[in-house]
Amino acid sequence: MTEHRQLAKWLVALGALHGVIACAGFFAPYDPLEQDRGRPYAPPMKLHFRDTQGRFHMRPFFYPLRERGSVDQYDEDFARAMPLKFFAGGPRYRLLGLVPCRLHLFGASGARICLLGTDGYGRDELSRILYGGQVSLLAGLLGSGITLLFGLGIGTAAGYYGGWKDEVLMRLTELFLALPWLYLLLGLRAFLPLAVSPLEAFLLIVMVIGLVGWARPARLIRGVVLSAKERDFVRAARGFGAPEGYLLLRHVLPQTSSVLLTQAAILIPQYVLAEMTLSFLGLGVPEPLASWGNLLANLQHYSILVSYWWMYLPAVAMVPFFLGYLGLASALQEWTAPSK
Amino acid sequence: MRFVLRRMAHAAFLLFGVSILTYLFAALAPGDYFDEMRLNPQIAPETVVALRAQYQLDRPLPLRYVRWLNSVMHGDLGYSFSYNSPVGPLLLVRARNTLFLTLTATLLAWGLALPLGVRSAEYLGRLPDSLVSWMTAGLLVLPDLALTLGLLLFAARSGWFPTGGVVSLDFNSLSPINKLRDLVLHMTLPLLALVLTALPLLVRHVRAAMTGVLDAPFLRAARGHGIPRHRLLYRYALPAAANPLISLFGFSIGSLLSGSLLVEVVMSWPGLGPLLVEAILSRDLYVVIGGVLLSTLFLVIGNLIADLLLYWADPRIRAEPVAK
Repeated sequence: MTEHRQLAKWLVALGALHGVIACAGFFAPYDPLEQDRGRPYAPPMKLHFRDTQGRFHMRPFFYPLRERGSVDQYDEDFARAMPLKFFAGGPRYRLLGLVPCRLHLFGASGARICLLGTDGYGRDELSRILYGGQVSLLAGLLGSGITLLFGLGIGTAAGYYGGWKDEVLMRLTELFLALPWLYLLLGLRAFLPLAVSPLEAFLLIVMVIGLVGWARPARLIRGVVLSAKERDFVRAARGFGAPEGYLLLRHVLPQTSSVLLTQAAILIPQYVLAEMTLSFLGLGVPEPLASWGNLLANLQHYSILVSYWWMYLPAVAMVPFFLGYLGLASALQEWTAPSK
Repeated sequence: MRFVLRRMAHAAFLLFGVSILTYLFAALAPGDYFDEMRLNPQIAPETVVALRAQYQLDRPLPLRYVRWLNSVMHGDLGYSFSYNSPVGPLLLVRARNTLFLTLTATLLAWGLALPLGVRSAEYLGRLPDSLVSWMTAGLLVLPDLALTLGLLLFAARSGWFPTGGVVSLDFNSLSPINKLRDLVLHMTLPLLALVLTALPLLVRHVRAAMTGVLDAPFLRAARGHGIPRHRLLYRYALPAAANPLISLFGFSIGSLLSGSLLVEVVMSWPGLGPLLVEAILSRDLYVVIGGVLLSTLFLVIGNLIADLLLYWADPRIRAEPVAK
């Protein structure tokens, strides 16, 4: 029972985190591509409850930024207090990519509120992190889907049919296991076209990431299938004359589900990180599309690293997701252990 | 002896397979180094054709593969377009820098992981164990990209550590002691990043292997005989728990070249990583293939070393050399 509760806890936490990213349009106050060239590298803006006279306000407000001399130096303009509006109308977006909508969790009229600062083009960093999460997480989810599909196919074929097929497939698996996977990822990416549209680049990345890692799940699934097909009830079904396809789908494949689930919980964060690494190195999703990786890419310039610490925040954004998936993986392992 | 030969033949087969695989990927890829030149109006199309002919990119694929294999045998590993020199020596210099960093990091990581893991297993479920568990969980949650960038951010803002390179510009004019200090300061951050990313996995494996052994009857008997704690743990328990750790150690050796790519790029350590990324961005075909192949070679060697160590350490494997 406690295992169930653990599992449910992690699932709810992860669901909430993904929900926030999936509804990025609602939680982000601005469009991630909307530039404000007059406010490059604005620092995170503060929310106030107490004004300059010391009066307390129930509704949080902020002072818009005013340039102070040089390009990236800003002051708070204490003369103009701007109230924060909750559930405010703002730029159009499509909720979950489908429903046209203008409602945002918060916003302000008259001046931009950038709680996590802005980047070099004055784009709101919070909005970019939220939208970037969609790209990175989707890449991880789709990539691990591809990997598991391949791993399931190859592992099942090797384990179920055995013989020379098993031999050939397992040699191939060993070959792929021997390759250092980040190098393989980079190598594979290297031989694919570099200058492509963002959408093509995204699909390319997903394919590359998904195709690199199939060897480990394939080997695990082969092991499960190998023992599954010798279980008594499977042999009984075979004895009753069940056809091969039915045996596979009805009796053998369901037994791989626990391995598949655990592997998914392990693979997804790995693949999110892989997408981030590729994009960080300039081989992944290109600008102006945001992803957690290419948001971090400009930290490679020393001057940005020194002066604008809030450019590091996308790296912090991924930590709760990693925590969630790590917890989920270990909860899954505990949950599936007794049934084995 | 037959066991050793078998493993070596297996490794050679693997390397050969990887070489064909990477070469095929590379050759089937659309576009090459000279494609960008074709867009440049200042370079005549004939020049590009002549260059392609000079580097023999216009020959059929199997012929190119054999020629390349031949150059691998001579240690050249093909020819780099952008560096205009054989790839082999180029990789060697960079690989030396990488190895210098990663060898130190691996030794440090294992040196820390063994006592931590052993201590954690000894005090299973008590304060030292939960401390170590929390620490490893915390490190595991921090992905390497975030950790490395975070360290760099810390260094840049505190100004305590230099943020790139192996040594300072004025290195040659420094006194021997200052030279050492300079080197250590430059290495601290990349080392820290590498050790901290490797540590949680190692500690967890050591802990898991040791907890499995510490309950064994022979150890309880040894404890009953009053054998001192330190000797009991490291002389009796650790060798019995060594098998999975030896495999893991082989993997550590195997990833010496490939494990530090990100850290090298972020901390601008002039190792194999930055070279490879550069080569990919400029489509410098043979450098990429050479890099992938070299790091695969290391993985294979690491596995081989692990197999040999296992063979040496575990009599059960020696008894039946057919089983893996």
